[in-house]
Amino acid sequence: MRAIDYQAPTSLSEAVSIMAANGDRARPLAGGTDVLVQLRGGRREADVVVDTKKIPELNTLNLSDNGLQLGAAVPCYRIYQDSAVAAAYPGLIDAAGMIGSIQIQGRATVGGNLCNAAPSGDTIPPVITLGGEAHINGPNGWRTMPAEDFCTGPGRNALENGELLVAIQLPAPAANSGTAYLRFIPRNEMDIAVAGVSSSVQLDASGQTIQSARIALASVGPTPILASAAGDSLAGKAVSDEAIAEAGRLASEAATPITDMRGTIRQRHHLVDVLTRRTLNIAIRRARGEE
Amino acid sequence: MPGLVHVTTTINGNQTDFLCEPRQSLLECLRDVVGMTGSKEGCNDGNCGACTVNMDGRIVCSCLVLGVEAQGAEVNTIEGVASAEGLHPIQQSFLENAALQCGICTPGFIVATKALLEAEPDADEARIRHWLAGNLCRCTGYDKIVRAVLDAGERMRAG
Repeated sequence: MRAIDYQAPTSLSEAVSIMAANGDRARPLAGGTDVLVQLRGGRREADVVVDTKKIPELNTLNLSDNGLQLGAAVPCYRIYQDSAVAAAYPGLIDAAGMIGSIQIQGRATVGGNLCNAAPSGDTIPPVITLGGEAHINGPNGWRTMPAEDFCTGPGRNALENGELLVAIQLPAPAANSGTAYLRFIPRNEMDIAVAGVSSSVQLDASGQTIQSARIALASVGPTPILASAAGDSLAGKAVSDEAIAEAGRLASEAATPITDMRGTIRQRHHLVDVLTRRTLNIAIRRARGEE
Repeated sequence: MPGLVHVTTTINGNQTDFLCEPRQSLLECLRDVVGMTGSKEGCNDGNCGACTVNMDGRIVCSCLVLGVEAQGAEVNTIEGVASAEGLHPIQQSFLENAALQCGICTPGFIVATKALLEAEPDADEARIRHWLAGNLCRCTGYDKIVRAVLDAGERMRAG
């Protein structure tokens, strides 16, 4: 790795000034599991690495009536070790407990997964289906955007020079709602998704009718994809194999995969269909309190 | 050109000061600056786990941590596993179960295993295989390692 400067600001304003002063020569560092590999391999360059782990706002993991405030530098293990958070957001836990190894989960963050903007980022689809919002701070103050708008291309995100992703805000889970994430990999662990799907449903009080649903896809397009037509197709429908099959078909249609070393276009369309049906069934069981 | 940074950390219970460039990984600092070569470099990108150390109670790939990030941290490495009295039960169990051949992956496996068994001495085979998925071994085929970890758990439960 070429020489870098290392800064570890202890306040958000200090971090933003360093980021703003260095423009695109500054890189934020949280877990480092992507950025250090990229800097070492020459895939990204930076003069200054800004360690965000000492900034209080980026380290917050706060579950309240307003939902979950998930600081962008909170590592995966803190999320799944918090039993209240794990109980409230099992779909997020599916992904946070699946990324890389135990070693990686000790460092890697959901915020970093979003900022890295890999199409395969496992935590991004559940953040999208849970209705997550990115809270961004920069030289011009605060702005927020839906998580589905945050990734703009492979390895590219919506942050302007000088801006930091501070936190991801997830709304409080509605009554009778459930979320799940599954991916397909040819190994048991330690692999990058060939395809991944998160589904989120809200049922009526009887647990028989779907009031609303959201479905998001990984590794089947240049960015994670919110498959709106697939989710919307379920609104108002009774839970049935037919309705779930139709959502699977529509989700597969929303995928725009490529053929690469991990899988083919045809396989990925098929996987999206299967994983959509499976995650919908898990999400429905979770919404009913059955698992 | 940024200069050297003074890092104060605790390694295996001893306060340790070292100077490093900000770009150097904790693994490089341990091996090339501090002179502790027990942690191994395999892939240098977080896939193989040979460089596993325990940092503030969590196992991490030391190749994916900057040396400067270790400021104020508690780092525990393979060099701190054995005591003056002898090998740790995990080390003894790896030896007796022939859970190593070339040995490059072994320090990482032992540091990772120690973190697991200290928290969950009754971890079963599925849990062990899941926990150790981030440690690659190209010699043993893993079965002997898993048997050694199960055996070590038994020894640690017996005290």
